[in-house]
Amino acid sequence: MNRYLSFPVIVLSAWCLLALSATLLSLRPDEIILQKILALPEWQAWLGYDDLGRPIADRMIMGARTSLLVAFSVVFISFVVGTIIGVFAAWFGGWWDKISVLIIDIFIAFPGILLAIALAGLLGPGIMNAVIALSIVGWVGFARLARAQTLTIKHREHVTAARALGTRTSRMVFRHLLPLIMAPLIVEATFAIAGTVIAEASLSFLGLGVQPPDASWGSMIREGTRYMLVAPHMVLAPGVAIFLVVLSINLLGDRLRDKMDVRLNNGK
Amino acid sequence: MLNYLYARCITAIIVIFGVSTLVFLLIHIVPGDPVEVMLGETAQLADREALRTALGLHLPLYQQWLNFMSQLFTLDPGTSIYSKREISSLLAERIPPTALLACASIITAISIALPLGIMAAVYRGSRWDIGAMTLSMFGISIPNFWMGPLLIMVFSLWLGWFPVSGNEGFASLILPAFTLGTALAALLSRMVRASLLEILNEDYIRAARARGLSQLAVILRHALPNAALPIITVLGMQFGALLAGAVITETIFSWPGVGQLTIEAIQKRDYPVVQACVLLISLTYVTVNLLTDLAYAFLDPRVRLEK
Repeated sequence: MNRYLSFPVIVLSAWCLLALSATLLSLRPDEIILQKILALPEWQAWLGYDDLGRPIADRMIMGARTSLLVAFSVVFISFVVGTIIGVFAAWFGGWWDKISVLIIDIFIAFPGILLAIALAGLLGPGIMNAVIALSIVGWVGFARLARAQTLTIKHREHVTAARALGTRTSRMVFRHLLPLIMAPLIVEATFAIAGTVIAEASLSFLGLGVQPPDASWGSMIREGTRYMLVAPHMVLAPGVAIFLVVLSINLLGDRLRDKMDVRLNNGK
Repeated sequence: MLNYLYARCITAIIVIFGVSTLVFLLIHIVPGDPVEVMLGETAQLADREALRTALGLHLPLYQQWLNFMSQLFTLDPGTSIYSKREISSLLAERIPPTALLACASIITAISIALPLGIMAAVYRGSRWDIGAMTLSMFGISIPNFWMGPLLIMVFSLWLGWFPVSGNEGFASLILPAFTLGTALAALLSRMVRASLLEILNEDYIRAARARGLSQLAVILRHALPNAALPIITVLGMQFGALLAGAVITETIFSWPGVGQLTIEAIQKRDYPVVQACVLLISLTYVTVNLLTDLAYAFLDPRVRLEK
């Protein structure tokens, strides 16, 4: 492994490991210690306490869980739905393609996070609704990319040959199309995870994502903004976490894109 | 060329139509009764019916959609449920601060991105290049809801240079503009670098250098104008992200713009206002994208002269 990659890999492994082992760590993210309200970092709680006297380090790990859970579910749903719509639009062409393109254009006309904010607001706050809202916004990028990629491959000789041999559509898609369009989709998915981590935190920051007492890095920043003068650690800790995770994914994505040599415009 | 313009405008009109319908559906298909949500479950039946009639929710869906579209065409978004004010006058109050903030952010972004991108491209591979691109990677990765509080903490609370929030004069514009402009500056500086790098290899740049022009003259007179098109395109494409970012930035700084109005309306379940705000922001974005495409066609002789 080269030096360039070791930083993002360490950060992202820590993120995943902490998030996945959160239940095993005997954390007490909701334990309130009244004497410790807004206390600065100390030996037992190395990130200090929040406005209710809860240990911030424990809440950070729960926040890691929230962001990992939301980011991976949203990107998985968007990836599957978007790829199916995009591949079939390009494969079948005609009206099916025209309608898909129109719907994609309409969704792209919304600044993504704005639509998610409005949807999350209308569906009511909560983590499930945040996942739904972000997935409704998220599939478009994958659909557009999958369609464009399929169009370039549709008329290649191996596809024509497979078609001449009477290959079924499902086999055609899974054996002859998907493997060839996977690389750019995976790069897109990498950046989508970074985007979704920020989007989930934005929703929670606005009070539309995770609801108290559950922790999200976004809602922790929101709570911290009220006590910036006395307890700056409340804002700093979750912010650094989001920044490191997003930075690492972006670095990894850049690297992946160079490696797979795919040219695409990076998100919206 | 004209064909292209017509086709582009017609697509834009269809998209505007679709966007409006989607916003309409958003409000009407989302599970849950808006009347119940607005009044609470304990409300009297008579009150509920009164509100339902006032909002036109008792009509069949297609009738509601026609009403919605006619409101759109007559540019009359109705009245707010919460404050009972005309939404058009609410928006008229809120649009200028948002426009001011957006312009200030774009100016901030350009004035950071141009020097950074030019420096990175001219000294490609040097420490300056790596430094500038690291900085831009940081800028892309810092979410504005963290950037904002950080700036407030350092420049308002500790140093006391700028007000914490509100809209009172030039000083209160600086922090929000910087918060909103950072991500755009980061993306733009990468674009400036990439498009300059492509152009610096062209023959006419070598020719300009051979004529003995200074480095500055080569960059400013020969390279930058030719690198402008992709930069303008990115600016147009990023405008949507800027508007969405404004929603969060305005909330952080209590900036009295459309973004803050949107969040307030969502929190108060003021559906007509949410509808109007989301529509306004999306339509602005569609229009800016259309203008960007048209500007592209107009500025690039290769696109303009194509038959």
